[in-house]
Amino acid sequence: MSTPVIVANNVRKVFGDFVAVDDISFEVAPGESFGLLGPNGAGKSTTMKMVGAVSTRTSGELNILGLDPNTDGPAIRSRLGVVPQDDNLDNELRVRENLLAYGRFFGMSHKEVATRADELLEFAQLADRHDARVEPLSGGMKRRLTIARALMNNPKILLLDEPTTGLDPQARHILWDRLFRLKEQGTTLLLTTHYMDEAEQLCDRLIVVDKGRIMAEGSPADLIRTYSTREVVEVRYGSDKNAEVAPLISHLADRTEVLPDRILLYTDAGEATLARISELGHHPVTSLVRRSSLEDVFLRLTGRSLVE
Amino acid sequence: MSPIVVPRRRFGGLYAGNVRAVIERGLRATKSSNKWVVLSGFFEPVFYLLSLGIGLGSIIGSVQINGVDVSYGAYIAPALLAVSAMNGAIYDSTWNVFFKLNYGKIYQTMLTTSLGPVDVALGEISLALLRGAVYAMGFLVVMQVMGLVLSPLAILAIPAVILIAAGFASIGMAITSFMKTFQQMDWINLFLLPMFLFSATFYPITVYAAPIQGIVQALPLWHAVELIRGLTTGVFGWEILGHIAYFVVMFAIGIVFTSRRLRALFLG
Amino acid sequence: MTTVEQIRAGAARTRRWGWWYVAEERLRAMRGYSTSLIVTSFGNPLVYLFALGVGLATLVPAGIDGVTFLQFVAPALMMSTAVTVAAEESMYPVMMGFKWTKIFFGFHATPITPGQIVGGMVATVVIRVMATVAVFFGITVAFGATPVTTFVPMVVIATLTCLAVALPLIAYTATLTNDTGQLAMIQRFVIMPMFLFSATFFPLSQLPVYLQWIGWMSPLWHGSQTARVLSYGMDEPLWTSIAHIVVLGAFAVVGAIVAHRVFVRRLTV
Repeated sequence: MSTPVIVANNVRKVFGDFVAVDDISFEVAPGESFGLLGPNGAGKSTTMKMVGAVSTRTSGELNILGLDPNTDGPAIRSRLGVVPQDDNLDNELRVRENLLAYGRFFGMSHKEVATRADELLEFAQLADRHDARVEPLSGGMKRRLTIARALMNNPKILLLDEPTTGLDPQARHILWDRLFRLKEQGTTLLLTTHYMDEAEQLCDRLIVVDKGRIMAEGSPADLIRTYSTREVVEVRYGSDKNAEVAPLISHLADRTEVLPDRILLYTDAGEATLARISELGHHPVTSLVRRSSLEDVFLRLTGRSLVE
Repeated sequence: MSPIVVPRRRFGGLYAGNVRAVIERGLRATKSSNKWVVLSGFFEPVFYLLSLGIGLGSIIGSVQINGVDVSYGAYIAPALLAVSAMNGAIYDSTWNVFFKLNYGKIYQTMLTTSLGPVDVALGEISLALLRGAVYAMGFLVVMQVMGLVLSPLAILAIPAVILIAAGFASIGMAITSFMKTFQQMDWINLFLLPMFLFSATFYPITVYAAPIQGIVQALPLWHAVELIRGLTTGVFGWEILGHIAYFVVMFAIGIVFTSRRLRALFLG
Repeated sequence: MTTVEQIRAGAARTRRWGWWYVAEERLRAMRGYSTSLIVTSFGNPLVYLFALGVGLATLVPAGIDGVTFLQFVAPALMMSTAVTVAAEESMYPVMMGFKWTKIFFGFHATPITPGQIVGGMVATVVIRVMATVAVFFGITVAFGATPVTTFVPMVVIATLTCLAVALPLIAYTATLTNDTGQLAMIQRFVIMPMFLFSATFFPLSQLPVYLQWIGWMSPLWHGSQTARVLSYGMDEPLWTSIAHIVVLGAFAVVGAIVAHRVFVRRLTV
């Protein structure tokens, strides 16, 4: 493996007496797509800000592209592309102007920014909107423009903080496609998300974080294999009855999870388990057999649901 | 089961006769907003009066109105009251409405209920007038304390302020309904500043050549200033009826235009 | 792979010119308002000088301070214009950068430092005020209210006055995480009284003592007095003139230090 582009070693961030990031360690290799998965308030955004050299860590070691963000902030930021959680586009400028102005911040010449802006407008499928106002653009377009902006300086690493939160399904798929192309071109991606499907789509490797700590690390498939079963059976008996029925059927699965609205049974053969439940006479109101997902891994690790 | 009363939409669905709901919402919003900001509108003319009335007044002494000498303070105070009525009404009917129309989306929400656009328009204007009347009363008290109220008719300045504000607010809303960007909104201010300075606010218009006097006399602020000044100084003639008529007509034109525009914007 | 030295070198241009890139961005944004900016910068001096210097002057036939009323108000109006520019460029744009569009966070994701963002704001204000005051000066000369030879010192003092107001306002606005009317309050209880009680229309001595302190504390008063000395040779002891400049400088420097500190705190937490 070549020299990692990001090395975090026991990185810690404390605000007053609140520990936002609690001794996190991870490494990201060049060209890798690395995810931080966790609920709101898990410390994902704080970690991203420290990597982005806009927040200083309280303790631990952090090394981005061979440099320490506490001392070489501007140099590091010159090689990063940042897509923040809220699009901080300049509403006073037109679409293309946003790219031009941003490119200048990296010291690029007027000619360079003009060429690059046109390339990226194509890439972001916004070429026909180049002279539009920013404000009325759709959420998906704004996000693509923010990504195009982050790519102005040809960054070594692209940081994406919850890139598809708040977008409709179609806009998400367009965005995933664009990010996948970047990955193919060899851009290192570091992204946070609280969507399982997004992590499975985009991440080669990820860490699951909760309350500032790393709960697990690995590829999506690894994590599912290690912390879950092949399939999951979801059965619903009504909010009042779930807790009552659960002990009666729990022996049919490797593991059972009782949520307020449903019971989850972890098993390698879902249909067979469901059939056994019916044989025992516990007919659920609704039932579903599905492949195991990162959501299940998360539930297993933290004992609570991710989507609040 | 009791039948649900469907409010009849008069004027082709533009008016539901429920202006009160809009006013109530506005008062609630005012109550929970920053008290000082709401009050601050009252201070602006007072600061002008303290500065120019006292500072400049001590140099200028007195000014003649129709051959009657009045102190400089008593000369500009009614003008400042008229300007304050104009500014309040214009702000409420332009920037405030523009934000709600384009950003706050409050109007869209209101119009998904049984309210019609005219209810919303009248409600907003009424709120502006209510606030203007409260400021006017406060300002008259300040004038009284400073000895600048020269006639008992000054009390009529309160209804006069309401009429003036209604005229400006209705025109302001009509204009705002055409505006799309902040830049366009700026143009309103470009028009207000010269009107503020040239409309016999700080000195008699007799300093101008006759054609310029004619232009100033065509502008609404001049009529507003003359109307209030006549009432607080007690120096006026029959022409005061002309000033009143000017604002009645202005209000009527504004309301007709605003309703038409709202119909086009929301029900088109 | 790129070496550490290459990466450092890549950020070098921005280390030197970052403040200018920010200013460039601000000026680009201003282009959308260019028409109304141009109309205002020509219209305001015309309207003010005509209304006050010609119209109101008829009520002050003897003039003030040994000069005509027009000559008396013109330099002070020029400084008021500088303060207006300061207020326009230092409140809403800062609120916009931190809160409404969060564009400052976007700037800071690049090699730009918080200090350079402050620098860029200052550069923008300076460019705007110089242009505005230059136009104002030209019209003042056309009215015959000031000698053309005072151009350079007048623009300098206007810029200093502008910065003495702008930097503290930038610092204050940057501390606001939410605008619940504070900016409107500043406009009405700081900027407006400053305009009215800073001896713009009459000498401070015309006001009762309990209103004079507003003038002494106001950067606008210090700017206007200096402008009068420059414009028509207002009689004032030398130490007073030096004190005016020192006060203006102090407002600007303290404002800059605090603004820098607040920007760093808000952008690097």
